[in-house]
Amino acid sequence: MRRSLAATSPSAASRRAGVQRIRRGRVDHPAAPYLLIAPAFVVYGLFMLYPLGKAVHLSLFEWDGMSLGVFVGAGNYADLAADGALRASFVHAGVLMIFYCVLPLVIGVVIAAVLSRARVRGLGFFRTVFFVPQVIAMVVVATAWSGIYAFNGPLNAALRGVGLDRLAQDWLGSYVFALPAIGLIGTWVQIGLVTVLMLSGMAKINPELFEAARLDGAGAIREFFAVTWPSVTGETAVALTLTIVAALKTFDLVYMTTSGGPGTSTTVPSYQVYYQAFRLHEVGMAAAIGVTLTALIFLINLVVNRAADRAAA
Amino acid sequence: MIPRLERSVNYVILGVFAALVLVPLVNVVVEALGLASAGNRTGGIHLENFPEAWREARFSTYMANSVLVTVTVLVIAVVVSTLAGFALGTMTFRGSGVLFYLFLLGIMVPAEAIVIPLFFDLRALGLTDTLWGVALPQVAQSTAFGTYWMRTYFRASNRSIAEAARIDGAGSLRALWSIHLPIARPALVTLVVLLFMWTWNEFLIPLVMSPTGTMRTVPLGLAFFQGQHTVDHTLMAAAAVMVALPVIGVYLCAQRHFIRGMLEGAVRE
Repeated sequence: MRRSLAATSPSAASRRAGVQRIRRGRVDHPAAPYLLIAPAFVVYGLFMLYPLGKAVHLSLFEWDGMSLGVFVGAGNYADLAADGALRASFVHAGVLMIFYCVLPLVIGVVIAAVLSRARVRGLGFFRTVFFVPQVIAMVVVATAWSGIYAFNGPLNAALRGVGLDRLAQDWLGSYVFALPAIGLIGTWVQIGLVTVLMLSGMAKINPELFEAARLDGAGAIREFFAVTWPSVTGETAVALTLTIVAALKTFDLVYMTTSGGPGTSTTVPSYQVYYQAFRLHEVGMAAAIGVTLTALIFLINLVVNRAADRAAA
Repeated sequence: MIPRLERSVNYVILGVFAALVLVPLVNVVVEALGLASAGNRTGGIHLENFPEAWREARFSTYMANSVLVTVTVLVIAVVVSTLAGFALGTMTFRGSGVLFYLFLLGIMVPAEAIVIPLFFDLRALGLTDTLWGVALPQVAQSTAFGTYWMRTYFRASNRSIAEAARIDGAGSLRALWSIHLPIARPALVTLVVLLFMWTWNEFLIPLVMSPTGTMRTVPLGLAFFQGQHTVDHTLMAAAAVMVALPVIGVYLCAQRHFIRGMLEGAVRE
């Protein structure tokens, strides 16, 4: 769409004429850019930057949200590192990353590579379908999957149908399977995004590279590692960042499906933020978890982008 | 023969993949229509589940709240971030780099970090359970992305257009309105549909900012409906379909914008 802009640009001749007339043109007031940015900056400053700073401040206090807070310095962070249950929520987020990030990436790249080897018709339709899980509210996704995982749901019906009655169970109520079950919902949500992203990246590869590889006698596998995979470094970085951050920010899904249970087997950091602040009234600790989560997201963005830049260089 | 085989393999992969995506969604619609419930011996379609779920889940109130919040966030965020993105993308001035990175920061900050202080501050100001309490934090989030998105657009847009506007003696605001905006329409539409989807689907901010539930939006309505209806999956499914429908509708009309926006909007500077 941006390419069509060239058609509307003035011809070189009129541009040259313009240069001669430019002195008559009005020059922006030096304050113009600041005035244009001011409204955005005010609302952004008040409702994003200020609360972010305030979160760091709050995280240094022990506060129940009502009485006077007590300054504890890094105490909340020390407790966070020492508390087994809170540490476990970060471990759970790590497990979710395997499902949100590693699985979709591996499967998505392979599918995209296979698909881009031969032209198929109707790819646009399939792209639309694959992307649907990305646009639906997580609460709706949770409802849909609760139906699938339900004791009388289609998953157990299928298991019983093939004689695996003993495996049929309440998946989201299981200490062992609840976390992977939530993880697989994440895989379902992210895999389409990753595949579409990879397809768009692979479509940009120069076909001559494939021809050269084939002339060298490379098979499909060698072609993938020599040509396809190295060409989608940028897309891989984007996919990694988006999916890891999504895994770290799993709140609605856990809130809707398990509320962190059974026991504490599916608690995640973002659920802990809410739980600590509004159930346990440990506001300082909630802020500390929020700040830690933010720092983690920044760090992951930095590391992934650095690695991608090095791989591309 | 080989290309034909490869093509068939592709169709099989695409078909299986599409089926896996669609099964949970089709299942929820089947449940909503009452086709999966044990009580339904006749096998008929029960469309009346939708009005019943609408009534019981109090969707009249929550849908109105959702529309109000979404429109408020969209109008404010699109206007202020177009102005800011225009300045950052077409003008050179001191501090532009720092300002840009400040906005970029906001794209990465999770709502989890800011809701806690926002709740206590806005409660002190009497703004919790109001439209502004629910909307303004989302305006801030949307402005971070919107400013980034519009700046990227204006930077890439044709320089000679800006030049021509200047030569005609148009001030910056007039140039933006009459020359830049008409051709920026695709970028603006993408921004609008993405912000619409994010705001409509947002969960944590309205949950925290409306503790008594007066400004509860539909996703929240669904969550609290589940609290009352642990047994009746049929009405729950019908309510879920109604929450998803507006976004699905916009997605089907503007899917190119959704996909393009979510692929290109991923920050990589």
